[in-house]
Amino acid sequence: MTTRLVRSVVGLAMVSAVVSILIFRLNSPLAAVFELSVCAGLISVIFVTTISFTQRLTPEKLELRRKQRFDKYSYLPVVLLAVGILLMIFKPNPDFPLPPVPKEQDARNIIWHLRHVDLLGQILVILAGVFGVVILFKEPRK
Amino acid sequence: MAPLLVIVPFFSIIIMNLFPRKLMQYTSFICLGFLSLAQTYLVLARPEWFWHKNVDLVDSMFSFRYSVDEIALVLLLCIGVVVFVTLLSARAMIPDVRQRVNFKNLLLVSLIGMNATVLVKDIFSLYVFIEITAVSSYIMIAMNKDERALEGAFKYLILSAIATVMMLASISLMLLLTGGTTFTAVSAGLDVAGRGLFVRIAIGLFLCGLFIKSGLVPFHGWLPDAYSAAPAPASVLLAGVVTKVSGVYVLIRLAISVFAFDNSLQGLLMFVGAVSVLTGAFAALTQSDFKRMLAYSSISQVGYIILGLGCATPLAIFGAVFHLFNHAIFKSLLFINAASVEKELGTTDMEKMGGLAQKMPVAGVSSVVGLLSTAGIPPLAGFWSKFIIILALWSAGRFVYAWIAVLASLLTLAYFLSMQRKVFFGKLKAGFENIRESSAGLIISQAVLAIITVGLGLFFPFIVPWR
Repeated sequence: MTTRLVRSVVGLAMVSAVVSILIFRLNSPLAAVFELSVCAGLISVIFVTTISFTQRLTPEKLELRRKQRFDKYSYLPVVLLAVGILLMIFKPNPDFPLPPVPKEQDARNIIWHLRHVDLLGQILVILAGVFGVVILFKEPRK
Repeated sequence: MAPLLVIVPFFSIIIMNLFPRKLMQYTSFICLGFLSLAQTYLVLARPEWFWHKNVDLVDSMFSFRYSVDEIALVLLLCIGVVVFVTLLSARAMIPDVRQRVNFKNLLLVSLIGMNATVLVKDIFSLYVFIEITAVSSYIMIAMNKDERALEGAFKYLILSAIATVMMLASISLMLLLTGGTTFTAVSAGLDVAGRGLFVRIAIGLFLCGLFIKSGLVPFHGWLPDAYSAAPAPASVLLAGVVTKVSGVYVLIRLAISVFAFDNSLQGLLMFVGAVSVLTGAFAALTQSDFKRMLAYSSISQVGYIILGLGCATPLAIFGAVFHLFNHAIFKSLLFINAASVEKELGTTDMEKMGGLAQKMPVAGVSSVVGLLSTAGIPPLAGFWSKFIIILALWSAGRFVYAWIAVLASLLTLAYFLSMQRKVFFGKLKAGFENIRESSAGLIISQAVLAIITVGLGLFFPFIVPWR
């Protein structure tokens, strides 16, 4: 586990890149492109921008935080192990009849023709984000 | 033409922002005022041409599949009224013109998000518009940029993100199980699939997400911080409609139209509702901050709505939706009372207040109306909705839950009387001699909401015929 935030972001971007290769291998090239451009690209840029606003901790505080972090998350491996054992014991299988796989539809057709309303939603999220940046980060002129 | 409730505000944002900044403060006020009042009028008058006719241009531009029933109309009415009073209180409570214009932009985004959430009949679109409402809410809460505001916004953001992940995972599972995302497709698919493990996981995840959004116990951690730290107009909007639409309404809609009630779902809803009713009421009793007390009271009142929904009889669902409307109105009223006091005193600490009704008669009288309605005292609107919920619980044989609802009403009365004694009644504290009634915007908002509460209570037997 790295203590450097930028390295963590690079690691996250690499994981996203690997996931996009897997999605590509599963015959969903458009989803792979989205994963690569948004998760590995755009989100990494946002993280790095945010990190550039932060300040380095003093060595004492860093040590304290490190100890606290281990205390806080020390139970996680136990939880993971317990979940793994439970899954191995119960082996949940889908007990439902899966619906027939629809004929392959072009993702472009779905986005641009079948889900207009969600596109409107995306525009609104971007608008809200722009207003957010203006409200929270723009300082008034003196 | 109902999609116009989404499309017209959408184009209004763009047009509104084209004006020079000096004009924008007026155009944004006129635009939002017109949209909210027009929405209120359209729901009350219910003109045939608006609700039952299609516009070819709109249909060709947007494949907007929507449905409007009585529950949706109640919510659209709440949104219209609360957005209007939020607008009036923003004019009074946000002195900086630039911030006020920005707030109105966000209010418009929120209006679109809430209207669309009420109208759509597709679980993925529902999720998209819940998120739009949530994103604008985070920014509204953080607007003051002080430590408390940022902490409140951050808590809401984190818990809301968890809710988002849960809902998205649930939608994915439902798509896998049923092959569609429309309400009819998912409902039919779930009927075929039965109540197997994966169906239960999908429903459970969605419910947990909605419990977080509604601020129900045990997922209520974000709500008191967010409500108390937000600027006053944002608190009014959040407490009045945002949590109602993005949490409670969606829960009602999905429980009725998609999931279908069964014993386990009913039991879960009633249990969570009853725990929220009691926890919210007991926590409100111990608060010394005006807005935090109102926030805990909200948790308790939303608990009543969920309790009614869980009972699942037609009378109980009617009571739940009616209490939802009432709660939107009287909680907005109480938050505007808090805003008026905060504006004059610069604090919401109840220990520092006293005797304010002498100097602020409108706030004093309207807060009494709000508190009596919340506590379910006749003949105010809150009495009828609580009475119907309790009656429905009793008729369905849910005696324990009915008793909990009655006892929690007494607790509600206790904490609100304590608030009244500390804030508005008693001897006027030294230093408050020069305090005046707050601005016209807040006075009008309080008067309008108090009149709705009293009028609906007095005329309820004539509005809803009993057979």
